[in-house]
Amino acid sequence: MTEATITIVDYGAGNLRSVAKAMEKLGRSALITDDPEEILKASAVILPGQGASESAMRALHQRDLVEPIKDVIEKGVPFFGVCLGLQLLLDSSEEGPSPCLGVARGQVRLLPPEVKRPHMGWNQVTLHGTHPVFEGVESGSYFYFVHSYYAAPDYQSLVLGTTEYGVQFCSVIAMNNLVATQFHPEKSGALGLRLYENFLKSMVDGNGGG
Amino acid sequence: MLTKRIIPCLDVSGGRVIKGVKFLEHRDAGDPVELAAFYDAEGADEMVFYDITASSQGRGIMLDVVSRTAEQLFIPLTVGGGLRSVEDMTAMLHAGADKVSINTAAVQNQELIRQGAEAFGNQCIVLGMDVKRVEGGSAPRWQVYTHTGSDGGRPRDLDAVEWAVRAAELGAGEIVVNSIDADGTLEGYDLELMRTISEAVNVPVVASGGAGTLEHMYEVVAEGKADAVLAASIFHFGTYRIAQAKEYLAQKGIPVRLA
Repeated sequence: MTEATITIVDYGAGNLRSVAKAMEKLGRSALITDDPEEILKASAVILPGQGASESAMRALHQRDLVEPIKDVIEKGVPFFGVCLGLQLLLDSSEEGPSPCLGVARGQVRLLPPEVKRPHMGWNQVTLHGTHPVFEGVESGSYFYFVHSYYAAPDYQSLVLGTTEYGVQFCSVIAMNNLVATQFHPEKSGALGLRLYENFLKSMVDGNGGG
Repeated sequence: MLTKRIIPCLDVSGGRVIKGVKFLEHRDAGDPVELAAFYDAEGADEMVFYDITASSQGRGIMLDVVSRTAEQLFIPLTVGGGLRSVEDMTAMLHAGADKVSINTAAVQNQELIRQGAEAFGNQCIVLGMDVKRVEGGSAPRWQVYTHTGSDGGRPRDLDAVEWAVRAAELGAGEIVVNSIDADGTLEGYDLELMRTISEAVNVPVVASGGAGTLEHMYEVVAEGKADAVLAASIFHFGTYRIAQAKEYLAQKGIPVRLA
């Protein structure tokens, strides 16, 4: 079986290359694209991100990527959101007035002023369940974070992992074919690569893609 | 809990690490790509490359080094040295750096911080500052110096604490404070300086300059309120390994990521 190409959504955000390099390190080819057609026919999609939700949503609209992203999630294509790519899944953000993708009910909020922002560095993820992407990863493991806003989903059933920083916030969302992390697996050393590897093995290869 | 970070810093010129790293066997102690991979395996929380050539020819070599490093380094990489424009930053970030660090160029043109933050987000922009304690006076004061690469640098009419606050307002997502007085002494960080700046700004502060012992590292996070420590000689010369430093801090109750 030919292994599936991983499609990385390019909307002008940073760290696209580092996500692609992580895929290459795991022996997969990655396609960085802003072509809606490519995304619609993808076997697996990664939505990376950094920066502000307002400009990210504007960039997604300008490139006609909003509907294709919603479509692939709806269709059950394996999907991995990273950092801003998690936050954009919610309905809206305190960062700006534009609606976000609305795939998960809830809001994105600013971290409280008592803590330094951005939340930058290695912090622990407490797991509240099991998931194939976290196979072999202990609850309380450290991952690399850099963000000032956090996702607050309405339904706790979506919250697979949480992290403490001024508040206890949702650092991992899992629903059906979708998983999303507030931290950066591609910057979290060997453990981060393991998450991507688990994603590929359990959700992509097992999905009949390729 | 968010951990305190330990960040080795490599000075790179012409594609090679200057001063080298003295304790490595069977490795090219001057190759930044190998060294970055080594420190990653040792448990470094991030890496910093400081480009000390900064000629246009050297810049091309540096971009290649950053690109080759990013191929195999899966922890954050910051690159600094000689970055003067948003175009310079863009080139480094495209090569694979996660953050860029600016120092003299930001003092000369404060708008560069804002422009960089608007283009890439605050989390990408690190302000480095070299500062020296001003003798006399009732309250402690520190003055910013630029061009510290040569002849001890140039004093600027700029107070270090005010500059840190201003830089954070302009969009610097992190501030690296290097004490010229303490740098290279191995006698410990300027704790009062670090604490004063860390308490004045609401972004992470990285302490640099003066570490000679693990106790110094403990002091600067516990008393100096630093969020991270940047270290060069103490690791390059093999005085301590990163794991030793982290175990020491952990025993003293400081949250660290043990590899």
